[in-house]
Amino acid sequence: MLGAFAVACVLAAQLLAGARWSRRCPVATIVLWQALGLGWGLATVGALAGFGSAGLVTASPPATGLAGTGLARSTLGQRFGQAGISGVAAAASERAARLLLGSAAVGQWDLLAALRLLSLAASMVMLALLVWVLAAAVAAVLRARHRQRTLLGLLAHDDPKVPGALVVDHPAATAYCVPGLRSAIVISAGALDLLDQAELAAVLAHERAHLRARHDLVLLPFTALLRAFRWSATARAANAEVALLVEMLADDRARKRRPARELATALLRVGVSGGGYAPVGALTAAGPAANGELAARVTRLLRPPPGLPVAAVIVIGLAAAILVLTPATALLLPL
Amino acid sequence: MLIVAYCEYMNRLGDLERAIMEVLWESRDPMTVRQVGACLIDRDLAHTTVMTVLDRLAKKGFVRRQRAGRAWLYRPAESREAYVAELMLTALDQTGDRQAALTRFARSVSGAEAEALRTALETLSGADRS
Repeated sequence: MLGAFAVACVLAAQLLAGARWSRRCPVATIVLWQALGLGWGLATVGALAGFGSAGLVTASPPATGLAGTGLARSTLGQRFGQAGISGVAAAASERAARLLLGSAAVGQWDLLAALRLLSLAASMVMLALLVWVLAAAVAAVLRARHRQRTLLGLLAHDDPKVPGALVVDHPAATAYCVPGLRSAIVISAGALDLLDQAELAAVLAHERAHLRARHDLVLLPFTALLRAFRWSATARAANAEVALLVEMLADDRARKRRPARELATALLRVGVSGGGYAPVGALTAAGPAANGELAARVTRLLRPPPGLPVAAVIVIGLAAAILVLTPATALLLPL
Repeated sequence: MLIVAYCEYMNRLGDLERAIMEVLWESRDPMTVRQVGACLIDRDLAHTTVMTVLDRLAKKGFVRRQRAGRAWLYRPAESREAYVAELMLTALDQTGDRQAALTRFARSVSGAEAEALRTALETLSGADRS
């Protein structure tokens, strides 16, 4: 059953990636994406582990409770990291012991039992992979940011045109922020030349919205998932969609402080300025991924779509809750 | 109090690192500690301070050093432009699975899309002026 749930999550993700209404309420949609991701992870690990230890029920009744605890621990482990691996490992070793004992006593080793053991091992690998990949993604992100801060400390300077931001002397027009405890907004000299005072203020408002709301933390699990499943079109679509929604969120916040038109022209100017300067491989690599994104953001700024009705937001919230709670309860309840 | 003092110390150190890197980037030839200190004469730095900062920069990989007789000669590991390029490249290459480290304002577009957006921009800024 959990297996079917995991497959349903993937299908739902593909539907959600193509949904047009998602832009009308980025916050609700982001919550839905997070629920989909978490639900999928729980269901996949749970389905594999569940199938693996299902044999315990028939093999010997006292084992059920033990397997149950193992699974419960593995569910908690999903949230608490490493502990979960030991939980599943405990269930696995126990299962292996049962199998060996069983085969010694009854003298038969059936294919199904081998399959179950394999499935249990797969669930362990899956859980370890998810935990490992998240940890690796966090480490890579922290490393990249630390390097940015160090280099900025040596190279960047202030400019009265952009108070609170760091300016880097480079002709390519770009602006970005380095999130974290010691956050920074970086604006290139190219962008400083290209944009007028009002547009620069809009850019700063947009970047400050990112930093204040810690949007990078929203993106992190999705980029981690993409690292784990590079081949998956669904993971790529989810990542791109969440990234776009996060940009729209920041656009929305910025629009409250600055006129929407200034932000729109700033976006367009920075977006189309790329032709003048192309660092080796960087811009060309970024090109295809950005298809339609910029146009979607500008259109949204100039003609904001109506927000979703309250009822729809409630339905989305309920769907998100169901997505997480269903696999969680299925895992926590005794088999 | 201790934390404030520590932060001030780190800020001063960062400031010095930056000033010393600028001296090294400006210079054509590798420099000794004394030469670097002489370029920062208005800061009135102790010889050991300059040496400590250069040592830190060397440990971080920003400065290379070589023996010349009894003194060490220091030079930047990379040009200033190379470091700026590195900064910008990582910022521009924030796509797909590298997205979470930095958040970019707008990605560049090219081809037909860029043309369409350029037209939109002209319309928008034209309306601005009228």
